[in-house]
Amino acid sequence: MAVPSAAVQPRPSILSRSLSSLAESRNALGFGFMLPAAALLLVFLTYPLGLGVWLGFTDARIGRPGIFIGLENYEYLWSDAVFWLSVFNTLLYTISASILKFALGLWLALILNQNLPFKSFFRAIVLLPWVVPTVLSAIAFWWIYDAQFSILSWALQQMGLIDHRINFLGDPTNARASVIAANVWRGIPFVAITLLAGLQTIPQSLYEAATLDGASRWQLFRYVTLPLLTPIIAITMTFSVLFTFTDFQLIYVLTRGGPVNATHLMATLSFQRGISGGQLGEGAAIAVAMIPFLLAAILFSYFGLQRRKWQQGGGD
Amino acid sequence: MASVAIGDVYKSFGTVEILHGVSVDIKDGEFVTLVGPSGCGKSTLLRMIAGLEKISRGQIAIGERVVNNVAPKERDVAMVFQNYALYPHMTVAENMAFSLMLKGVSKAESDAGVQRAAEILGLVPLLSRYPRQLSGGQRQRVAMGRAIVRDPAVFLFDEPLSNLDAKLRVQMRAEIKELHQRLKTTTVYVTHDQIEAMTMADKIVVMHDGIVEQIGPPLELYDRPNNLFVASFIGSPAMNLLRGEIATDGSPSFRGSGGISVPLASAFSIGNGEPVVLGIRPEHLRLSDHQGIPVTVAVVEPTGSEVQLIGRTASGEEIVANFRERHSFTPGETIRLTADPGLIHLFHGETGQRFETRTEQ
Ligand SMILES: Nc1ncnc2c1ncn2[C@@H]1O[C@H](COP(=O)(O)OP(=O)(O)OP(=O)(O)O)[C@@H](O)[C@H]1O
Ligand SMILES: [Mg+2]
Repeated sequence: MAVPSAAVQPRPSILSRSLSSLAESRNALGFGFMLPAAALLLVFLTYPLGLGVWLGFTDARIGRPGIFIGLENYEYLWSDAVFWLSVFNTLLYTISASILKFALGLWLALILNQNLPFKSFFRAIVLLPWVVPTVLSAIAFWWIYDAQFSILSWALQQMGLIDHRINFLGDPTNARASVIAANVWRGIPFVAITLLAGLQTIPQSLYEAATLDGASRWQLFRYVTLPLLTPIIAITMTFSVLFTFTDFQLIYVLTRGGPVNATHLMATLSFQRGISGGQLGEGAAIAVAMIPFLLAAILFSYFGLQRRKWQQGGGD
Repeated sequence: MASVAIGDVYKSFGTVEILHGVSVDIKDGEFVTLVGPSGCGKSTLLRMIAGLEKISRGQIAIGERVVNNVAPKERDVAMVFQNYALYPHMTVAENMAFSLMLKGVSKAESDAGVQRAAEILGLVPLLSRYPRQLSGGQRQRVAMGRAIVRDPAVFLFDEPLSNLDAKLRVQMRAEIKELHQRLKTTTVYVTHDQIEAMTMADKIVVMHDGIVEQIGPPLELYDRPNNLFVASFIGSPAMNLLRGEIATDGSPSFRGSGGISVPLASAFSIGNGEPVVLGIRPEHLRLSDHQGIPVTVAVVEPTGSEVQLIGRTASGEEIVANFRERHSFTPGETIRLTADPGLIHLFHGETGQRFETRTEQ
């Protein structure tokens, strides 16, 4: 406001007043600071997501832009048995692997939380499956499950427990169990280490108080550990479910969806139809069909588990 | 209710010995405070009574039963922790009812018990709140409520007031004492605050570096401290201590550095030239005209009810004196202070042990 004219004198004060009132309003200020991040999100998250959703409404193929065809892709999928099989497979895979990961991960976390000798060594070991690249561990499992050279079959045979080699990846039921086992092996460290971190936030004095109150070991777990761990369990398992539901690499290396589509997940089917098969629009539609499931999982965890009444309100 | 007998108890963590043979007898219904500087092993001893720490050597009995190998929950003790250790996911009522629930007490009976305790502690309006929604003092009260509900044989407190502000601390101190007079449950109370110990206890156990320095009623510790440690630990402001030796030529007297000479009661039988430490409580010092210890006034602090004077002897030793009379002093002036020989304490210069007067023996 460089013009020192009497007529315009009041204007800067109005402007600066409104500016300062804007600066004082938490919401406006917060919005201002949020803008850059929001812009980044818009460009790098919303754009690909939007493009994917849009592709789902087109008959795009690789190398051909495609035109809007409405819900045709979805109508096709609705009557596609393989698609429904992949939905079933994904749910089976996610639910059973998550339950196993939760049970085994919690158990492992409880063990690691004890005063073991070589504690930090074991904690480091547990992380191994998690730090090994998925493709690498998938290849290792591929060998473990190999029809000819499976070390599992060999070991069981040596122990005299089985007479024939197990056809791990060739039989639909076996293949499903095998990929679930591999996923569980890979996912346990995440669950175990996160829950271990949660366990360590529970003050020792609560256990001591409960011990003096007369709690047995089981009651300590039931009334102290479990309730205090619930918020962390909710977050951990939400992430675990999301990872599992969208799993791709493991299946792609081990079975490519076979045998007879018994291990095809929505993610692998989407890739197969969209990229390998070139039907971009249809592949995108399958991927978009995963979104409602993921949203449901997030909402369930958010409203059902994470927010506890006792965590809210008052001070420290 | 029960007595607690701690017999020659040792405790080691690994190779480090923390308690070196502690013996304390606590009578049924008594309020005993364990007091001592930080790290002297008070909490460790308390946790051993509770069963949260193993006893390395010696034995602890609650009532008639030796509890060395009895599980904590079988000992019938309730403990109030320094950080209160309230279950954050339970309401105040649930916190207090937890032990009853584990015992399988009926809902009606447990509700009645919680209600009774809540009334004693003024917690009724807070019963449905969560610990997060309470102030420090309220949490402290809930922690006590949780202990009261169980009606245990022994209450254990580990510095329950140290997280509260000074005013609340004084108030809770009175409340705990009143509670004890009402319930008459045997209580062991750990604190590092000697005022808290003095005001609350029937009996004080002064600990220092894993040993017991002295056990006795508050005033006895104050009037006849066994050794230099107790003398300097109990009392606020602390006892004045002057180093020197005994002179028995003529009437017995104490001779300190800088030519200080203090006449002693002839009842002390100590040899000539023995090194001693002379102790005088600040409130036992009186002004005098000609004789006594010459002291240069450094700071004068009138509090209304009394005047506190901090001064230095010629050799630089600090002297604190309290006067009920409103004397006026100017910093820098030299005054003379005396004390009734009967109120003077003498300790051995090397061992720190108290010399008894013959009449006391
Ligand atoms: N679990 C432990 N392992 C090793 N040393 C310990 C352990 N617990 C306590 N100590 C040691 O034992 C000594 C006594 O500890 P304690 O907690 O009993 O002290 P305290 O008298 O309660 O002190 P404060 O007034 O600070 O609470 C300390 O030197 C402490 O370092
Ligand atoms: Mg302590």
